[in-house]
Amino acid sequence: MFLCDDTSIEFTPQPGIGAPVWRGRAPSGEDLRSFAAAVHLAGGRIAAIWGSDSRQSGGGFRLHCVFGIDQGHAWLSLDLPADDPVYPDLSGIFPAANRMQRATRDMVGIASEGGDQRPWLRHGGWPADWYPLRHDSVREAGMGEGFPNAPTDYEFVQVGGEGAHEIPVGPIHAGIIEPGHFRFSVVGERVLRLEERLGYQHKGVEKLFIGADIARGAQLVGRVSGDSTCAYAWAYADAIEAACGVTAPPRAQMLRALLLERERVANHIGDLGALGNDAAFAFGLTQFFALKEQWVRLNQQLFGHRFLMDRIVPGGVVVDVDAAGLSAIVEQCTAIGAELAKLRILYDEHSGLQDRFVTTGIIDAALARELSMSGMAARATGILLDGRVHRQGYTPPPPYATLGVRPATDERGDVAARVAVRFDEAFESLRLLRQMAVGMPAGDTRVDVAPVPGAAGLGVVEGWRGEVLVGVQFAEDGSLARVHPHDPSWQAWLALEHAVMKDIVPDFPLINKSFNLSYSGADL
Amino acid sequence: MIPLLRHIFRTGILTETTPDAEGSPQREIDRLHDEILRILGRALTIREVDAGSCNACELEVHALNNPYYNLEGRGIKFVASPRHADMLLVTGSVTKNMENALRIAYDCTPDPKLVVAVGDCGCNGGVFGESYATCGAVENVVGVDLRIPGCPPTPLALMQGILAAVRKSR
Repeated sequence: MFLCDDTSIEFTPQPGIGAPVWRGRAPSGEDLRSFAAAVHLAGGRIAAIWGSDSRQSGGGFRLHCVFGIDQGHAWLSLDLPADDPVYPDLSGIFPAANRMQRATRDMVGIASEGGDQRPWLRHGGWPADWYPLRHDSVREAGMGEGFPNAPTDYEFVQVGGEGAHEIPVGPIHAGIIEPGHFRFSVVGERVLRLEERLGYQHKGVEKLFIGADIARGAQLVGRVSGDSTCAYAWAYADAIEAACGVTAPPRAQMLRALLLERERVANHIGDLGALGNDAAFAFGLTQFFALKEQWVRLNQQLFGHRFLMDRIVPGGVVVDVDAAGLSAIVEQCTAIGAELAKLRILYDEHSGLQDRFVTTGIIDAALARELSMSGMAARATGILLDGRVHRQGYTPPPPYATLGVRPATDERGDVAARVAVRFDEAFESLRLLRQMAVGMPAGDTRVDVAPVPGAAGLGVVEGWRGEVLVGVQFAEDGSLARVHPHDPSWQAWLALEHAVMKDIVPDFPLINKSFNLSYSGADL
Repeated sequence: MIPLLRHIFRTGILTETTPDAEGSPQREIDRLHDEILRILGRALTIREVDAGSCNACELEVHALNNPYYNLEGRGIKFVASPRHADMLLVTGSVTKNMENALRIAYDCTPDPKLVVAVGDCGCNGGVFGESYATCGAVENVVGVDLRIPGCPPTPLALMQGILAAVRKSR
């Protein structure tokens, strides 16, 4: 059909009001590969890859690939035989598929044919032939499930030549941030290559979803990445609601957007301060962190949690806000907006700061497309891709369809561009929040959701980093059979490796912070 | 430069006093500060180790250094190396992939050292508990002197916990 003309795959639209998703089943691995190639040719992206075990219900394994296309998302699944679960390597078409495929192998034991076979999430904490997400992998509960923890070496790509050497960094970093390992290959101070090794935050969250009920799933999904808890909770709610055939009431939809935009502003403000600090401009950290504190205090006052965890649930939201609360939001948006405008002038006119920001950590739009990037960092290369914004063939989900979000882009692709996009998006979110507070629909904030055995759904939400996806599958007994949360950091981590390549080692913290990617969200 | 200085001047001092159950808050902080100096012979230095959090605890630890809480202004600062630290502030239901790194950081921290487990995950495993991928509570891996529960704990709870750990070690 519309997705590409030369494929035999039939797609059907997912019901519900969430971001548009089409579901299809690939008859063979070759069909999957040729569909992926067609998507790539049409300028599409690989959005997520995961696997599931359907042997209990008489099948084999199943590979799930979600592609970002003009019209929304295409969720393609491929059934694999239980005895030989292999599928064609997609990393030659989409480089971002590499780590997702390796993680799928580590977790479910279904592998790509050829390509990079290094483990990704498994560091030696469990045996290579034991796969956490297989139904028959259950061992008695308890610390480490009884496996010896035997950390393995990782085969980093080596860089040779006179004067070339390596700098290993992490997993514990110098600042107060999540753990991960960076291997720099350098000559002098110039970075020749960066290779990341992640997975240190792997908490086995996907396994915890198996057999959980909807409420426990909501609790877990809100803690996949704590800075994006609203985005994950909403994407999960969308997936559950699509599967169960319910629709959140209009007031709940608007409150969800209100919470998500508050999360976006909090993170952009915090990162703008941290970016100043990483360029030795402590004034920025102090000023922006003061604004962030005021911001999250109002979250606490109105919604009962500084980061808004557990406020968005399948069926709606568990909070409501009265007229006084809405006017407090409007007042705060005006006040914070005025402060931000002043700080932006100070940032823009500070020569020392701009010297660090401009031309540092560049990625261009062609690379961002090649790496299937989404979100703020992609928009900072000039790509106009925002799930909240109308584009040719795509209508954003409510309430964004009627809010009229103005996207922010910048074509420079450097740290300065990511700073500019963050400022612009923060201002736009403040405008949207004022608009939402004025136009908040009346009515209920929550409806009941009953699980539908065997049903599945996919939710997509434009979080502050980028596109957050959550895929959900119910078991025959109504419990969750499989939940896969996907963070935009999977794709953006690759962009970071490219962004530092022409710069010097001391610029890395600044470049890294300009992306501020999630470890926990991608390590699962 | 002048607009910058004007902005700083206009912002003023935002730092708040820490509420404390016993006595006047400011006097209590001053007393604790003296106590820290007496016990350690210098200011308190903290190495934060994320051993498997969702990053929410880290956001609240960041907030400790915003002008409202101004932890550094009280002589308590975060350092890059465990070798420079008096206290380890550990978050997360320690992942198996971080278990070794946490042990190494602990061994590198000079005695007498304090270990504070932060957040529900650090205290008892939290929503992630113990599994094939996690060791659960921080105390399952290294000795813990004090626990600060919360998901995530507020900056105020963190501050009170850090001060309580120092007091307890006396």
